[in-house]
Amino acid sequence: MSGPLSWARANLFSSWPSTAVSLLLAYLLVRGLFGFVDWAIVNAVWSVPGGDTEVCRAVAGSGACWAVVGAKYRFILFGTYPYDEQWRPAVCVALFIALYALSANRALWRRELVLVWLAVLGAIGGLMWGGILGLTAVPQDRWGGLPVTLILATFGIALAFPIAVLVALGRRSNMPAIRWLCIAYIELVRGVPLISLLFVASVIFPLFFPEGLDLDKLLRAQIAIILFAAAYLAEVIRGGLQSLSDGQYEAADALGLGYWRKMALVILPQALRQVIPPLVNTFIALFKDTSLVLIIGIFDLLSAAKTAIVEPAWQGFGIEVYLVVASIYFAFCFAMSRYSQSLEGRLLRTQHQSRIPLPRRG
Amino acid sequence: MKSNDDHAPRRRLTVSLNDRAFRAIAIQVVVVSLVAAVGWYLVANTLRNLDLRGIATGFAFLGREAGLPIAESPIAYAPTDDYGRALLIGVLNTLKVAAIGIVLATVLGTAIGIARLSKNWLLARVSAIYVEVVRDLPLLLQLLFWYTLLQILPGPRGALQPVPGVYLSNRGLLFPSMVWDRAHLAILGLAVLGLTLTIVYRRFARAAQLRDGRHRPVWPLACLLMVAAPAGAWAALGLPVEIDVPVLKGFNFRGGVLVSPEFFALLFGLVTYTAAFIAEIVRAGILSVSPGQWEAARALGLPTGLILGRIVLPQALRVIVPPLTSQYLNLTKNSSLAVAIGYQDIVSIANTTLNQTGQAIEGIAIIMAVYLSISLSISLFMSWFDHHVALKGR
Repeated sequence: MSGPLSWARANLFSSWPSTAVSLLLAYLLVRGLFGFVDWAIVNAVWSVPGGDTEVCRAVAGSGACWAVVGAKYRFILFGTYPYDEQWRPAVCVALFIALYALSANRALWRRELVLVWLAVLGAIGGLMWGGILGLTAVPQDRWGGLPVTLILATFGIALAFPIAVLVALGRRSNMPAIRWLCIAYIELVRGVPLISLLFVASVIFPLFFPEGLDLDKLLRAQIAIILFAAAYLAEVIRGGLQSLSDGQYEAADALGLGYWRKMALVILPQALRQVIPPLVNTFIALFKDTSLVLIIGIFDLLSAAKTAIVEPAWQGFGIEVYLVVASIYFAFCFAMSRYSQSLEGRLLRTQHQSRIPLPRRG
Repeated sequence: MKSNDDHAPRRRLTVSLNDRAFRAIAIQVVVVSLVAAVGWYLVANTLRNLDLRGIATGFAFLGREAGLPIAESPIAYAPTDDYGRALLIGVLNTLKVAAIGIVLATVLGTAIGIARLSKNWLLARVSAIYVEVVRDLPLLLQLLFWYTLLQILPGPRGALQPVPGVYLSNRGLLFPSMVWDRAHLAILGLAVLGLTLTIVYRRFARAAQLRDGRHRPVWPLACLLMVAAPAGAWAALGLPVEIDVPVLKGFNFRGGVLVSPEFFALLFGLVTYTAAFIAEIVRAGILSVSPGQWEAARALGLPTGLILGRIVLPQALRVIVPPLTSQYLNLTKNSSLAVAIGYQDIVSIANTTLNQTGQAIEGIAIIMAVYLSISLSISLFMSWFDHHVALKGR
C-alpha cells in the first residue's frame, strides 16, 4: 500500500497525539504564512516617488515598506565607498565568491591553491585600496558593507591558519615552556568574548605602539579577529592531529625524518584533510562573528544596515532592512553549512575513519 | 616517547645543536625570551603613552562616584554610588541573563532536539528548518531584529494581550505578580518538606523494587505531599491570595512585574539561538545510543516516554555533556552582545566606565577577568557533574 494517503497516515496521523501536533502545527504555519504574505506582499509599499515616506508610515504595522531597501541598497552593500567607484567593491565580492567556489572543489585541493588564494586576496586589496593602475586611492575609513564583512572573515581565517597550525603543534609539543605558552594563549582567547578582544583592538592597541605609528581602525579589528580565529582553529587542528594513529608518527620517525619534515610531509597533510568540515564550520562562525565590529564602530554589512535606518525619513523600517541583510548572511552561511555536511558525509564514506568530535561553535 | 639517549651509559655532557635535549632547551629559551621581549616592548610603549596622555594607572577609580544611571539592577543603586558598585551590578546583570538563559535554552533545545527525531514528519521538518535558519544568522543581527520588533510594538494603550493579564508593549513584557503573604511561607515550607519526603520514599521504593521486583508507584505520594498538603494548608489558612494585576493608568501600567525590552530581547535572542545548537547536540547524543537499546527496551514492553527517560537519555548524556558545556560557555560569552541593545551587563557598564574615566586597560581587564572566572566556574561545575552524575553506575 502506498500513495499520499498512506504516507500521511504513517507520518502525520499515526496516533492521537501525533495528529494533534500535526493539526496544530499546520494551523500555525498556515496562519503565519498568510500573515507574512499580507505584510510582505499584499499590503507592502514597493517604492516611494520623491522619497516621501508618508505612504510607508500609513501602512506601518500592516504592510512592509520595501522602498527603504530600494533607496538604501547601495549604502547597505558598500557603505560610504565613493559612489562612482562602487564597481570595485562589487568586483571584490564576486572575486570572494569565486574564491570560495574554487576552494570547495576537492580536485583542486593542492599546494597551488595557496598561490591562488594569495593572488586573489592581493587583487582584492589592490582593488579596494586603489592608488595603482589608475585607480583612485580610497582610504580604509570609506570602506563599508558586504566587502568589509567578507574581508574580515576571509583574511581572518586565511591569516589565522598558519598561526593556528603552529599553535596546535606547540600545544602537542613535548617542550613544556612552548606547550604552556600555547595552552595559555588558546584558553585565554577562548575564555573571553570576542567583543572584549575588539575593545582591546580599538582602545589598547593604539597604546602599544610608539608615538606616530597609527594603525588603521579596520586593520586593528582585523588583527584582533585573526588572533581570535587562530585560537579556535588551533583547537580544530589539534583534533585532527589527535585523530591520527600513533603508527603514523612512529613510521615517520622510523624513516629518520626530522620534526618539521615529519609534520610537513606525513602528519599535517593527513590531519588537515580530516579537519576540513569543522574548519568550514569555524569559518561560518567567524563569518557571523565579524558582525560584532558594529560595536566598535566599523562599517560592516550589519553596521551599514543599522546606519541606513538612522536617517529620520526612514526610521521605523528596521525590520525590512534586517530581513534583507539576514537573507544575505543566510545565503552565505547556508551554502557553506550544506557544503560542510556533504563533505563530511563523503569523507566518512571514503575513509571509514571516525568523525572528529568537534561540534559547531555558537 | 623515550629516546635511546636516556638509557645511554655515562653520557658525555654535550653542548651541541645536534643534541636533542640541548636543542629543546635552547629553542624554549629563545621562544620564551622572544615572547618576553615583545611583551616588554608593548608594555614599555603603553606606559610611555599613558604617561604622555597623563592617565594614571591603577584601580583607584573604583572608589570614585560613578554618576552613571543604571536602568535595572538587582541590588540598590544610585548614580552617587561608586564605580565598584556599578561594575558589581554589571556582573550581577550578566549572571542573571546567563543563568536564566542557560535553563531556558536547555529546555527548549532538548525539546527541539527530540522533535527533530520525531516520527511526525511535519514536526521533524519544522524543527530542522528552525535549527538551520537560526544557526545561519549572526546572533547580533537576531538581537537587533528582536529589539527593533519590540520597539515598534504599540505603546501601553494599545498593548498586545497574548494571555489575559499579560501585556506586551514597547515598554516590555508585563505580567501579574503575587503579593507575598506570611502564610505563603508556611505553604512553601510544606511543599519543600513534601519534596524531601518524596525523594526519601523514592529511594526506598527503588531499593525495595530491586529486592522483590515489585514496582511501587511514587506519584500518588508525591501528589499528596507536594500538592494536596500545601493546598490543604492554604485552604485552612483561609485562602490568602492577592495578585497584583497590571492595570492601565493614564499613559502607563501600574502593578505587575515588568521585563524591560532590552532584557527581553537579549534573553529571547540568546535562548532561541543557543537552543538551536543544543538541539543538534541532543539529537547527536540520542542517535549515538545504539538501536539495540531501543529494541531491547521495547521488547521489555516499556512505553516510549520511559525508554527515552530511563534508557536512552542517561546513556546519551555521556555524549551530550561535554559539547553542552561549551554551549553554556558560549551563551555566557554571547550575553556580552547586550551592549549593542542597551542592556547594562558588565561589558556595557565597563565600557561606559572606561569612556568616562579613560581607564581603558583596567576596564577591559575587569571584563576579561569576569568572563574568565565565569568560564572557569562553569567548566569546573560541568566536569564535577560529568564525574558524579552523568556517569554514575558505569
